[in-house]
Amino acid sequence: MLLIKCPFCGPRPELEFSYGGQAHIARPKDPASLDDESWAEYLYIRSNPKGLHAERWRHIHGCARFFNVQRNTASDAIVATYKIGEEPPKPVDPGLEEWSSRSGAAL
Amino acid sequence: MRRFSAISLFREALGGHETWPRQWRSPEPKPAYDVVIVGGGGHGLATAFYLAERYGLTNVAVVEKGWIGGGNTGRNTTIIRSNYLFDESARLYEHALKLWEGLSQQLNYNVMYSPRGVLMLAHNIHDVQSFKRHVHANRLNGIDNEWLSPQECKEFCPPLNVGGAMRYPILGGALQRRGGTARHDAVAWGYARAADARGVDILENCEVLGIRRAASGRVEGIETSRGFIRAGKIGVVAAGNTSVVMNMAGVRLPLESFPLQALVSEPVKPAFPCVVMSNTIHAYISQSDKGEMVIGAGTDAYTSYSQRGALHIATHTLDAICELVPMFRRLRMLRNWGGIVDVTPDRSPIVAKTPVPGLYVNCGWGTGGFKATPGSGDVFAWTIAKDDPHPINAPFTIERFRDGVMIDEAAAAAVAH
Ligand SMILES: Cc1cc2nc3c(=O)[nH]c(=O)nc-3n(C[C@H](O)[C@H](O)[C@H](O)COP(=O)(O)OP(=O)(O)OC[C@H]3O[C@@H](n4cnc5c(N)ncnc54)[C@H](O)[C@@H]3O)c2cc1C
Ligand SMILES: [Zn+2]
Repeated sequence: MLLIKCPFCGPRPELEFSYGGQAHIARPKDPASLDDESWAEYLYIRSNPKGLHAERWRHIHGCARFFNVQRNTASDAIVATYKIGEEPPKPVDPGLEEWSSRSGAAL
Repeated sequence: MRRFSAISLFREALGGHETWPRQWRSPEPKPAYDVVIVGGGGHGLATAFYLAERYGLTNVAVVEKGWIGGGNTGRNTTIIRSNYLFDESARLYEHALKLWEGLSQQLNYNVMYSPRGVLMLAHNIHDVQSFKRHVHANRLNGIDNEWLSPQECKEFCPPLNVGGAMRYPILGGALQRRGGTARHDAVAWGYARAADARGVDILENCEVLGIRRAASGRVEGIETSRGFIRAGKIGVVAAGNTSVVMNMAGVRLPLESFPLQALVSEPVKPAFPCVVMSNTIHAYISQSDKGEMVIGAGTDAYTSYSQRGALHIATHTLDAICELVPMFRRLRMLRNWGGIVDVTPDRSPIVAKTPVPGLYVNCGWGTGGFKATPGSGDVFAWTIAKDDPHPINAPFTIERFRDGVMIDEAAAAAVAH
């Protein structure tokens, strides 16, 4: 079980949270102008990297707020948590960065 | 390949079974192959076997980063059934089930396919309606599936808690009698041995690190931990690692990789006659020939490549098992482990050509692809050999997500396994 640091409430067990999938996927500004390819990309295509992954979590049994997490999907180690609207922190662990690029994952 | 037969067993017994040859070679990679299969799980090995056996392609390598069958093939709970709702799925899984029936003979290797019946339990009105719909849809497709009353469930599987106090009582079940289990390792080994005998090179400890493409866009070969290997065609069958491998060729897929867990109990005498599944309270159980209760749990909430899941997921499943089969409450668990399953938005696989010429992908089997191993290998081999999908896998494209023609087994409630 993960120990997740909610940016509003502090560290809590994973059971208090629900997972919200890949973060920073912006809803298209002008949906009517999208072709099928772009809709499929927005709705279904995911980067699914082995390495650093930015993802949304919701503290459903706490403050109920959404926030973002950076986690290394190879080890499940959580690298950072930050509020919605904040810039994702630059990866600090050089080993992680090197490793992610080797596996072809987008950072 | 020395064939297994009563006579060869007897002859080897005289020598104390010391003189059996290796079951497959361990060759050095050749500089070039007509087809390279990435991933030495059951699906990849089956693909190589059918390429050689049915489509005359023998200059083929299977490239595996670890040891064959060390991925989900060797980690799954081996439930086999074909009673899926939609016509496309029914055809695909039934094609596989028919191949299971003759597989041990075809491979000359005992895969221990055991059609002991798969019983899916209904615990609420929605389950009852949905399973009955499955039974009727399956009948129209010529696939056996029958509805059992709670009493009939109890007769078919006496250890079940029917009529006792239970938060989600058993209201009936859908039984596929031809469903059952097979020995997972034997499936990988049997296909490896048979493919090797037909000239396929199985390259273990050989991790694919890159896919090289020509200026035209066509694949040229793979960079591996054992050097560059030229390839006319590349088939990627890497289960949970598919996104990582396909990224190497610049192809992005509608996949997410999740940990899925299983666990086994201490071995006991034969006590459980069939496979029982419950999607609603989330538990799957059968007894292996060694005597262990083989129990499947759920996926974790988040994507991961760690090959392990959280304890609360396994505990939740054991709660359900103890309610379903109260006599197992004092059984001790021996081992648990996880695999990484690649899940598509509609929970149906992708077995298809890709936008990159010469590159093919077979993935998205998620929590339930073991049962499809022979059929998946056969239609994928066809797709690679003819550069055109077999009618059975033609609907299972990548483009179905763009075009909105999904095969929505997820919504059909025929979830896991
Ligand atoms: C716990 C669990 C229970 C399950 N229960 C069932 C069940 O009851 N019934 C059912 O039908 N299905 C079940 N499944 C699903 C089933 O196991 C899979 O769908 C199926 O085994 C996939 O087979 P495969 O050959 O494609 O994958 P795998 O056996 O995972 O093979 C893929 C191979 O690719 C290799 N690979 C990955 N990346 C690279 C690389 N870069 N270079 C070289 N090689 C690479 C891996 O090492 C691996 O050996 C279960 C899965 C799990 C994890
Ligand atoms: Zn909070």
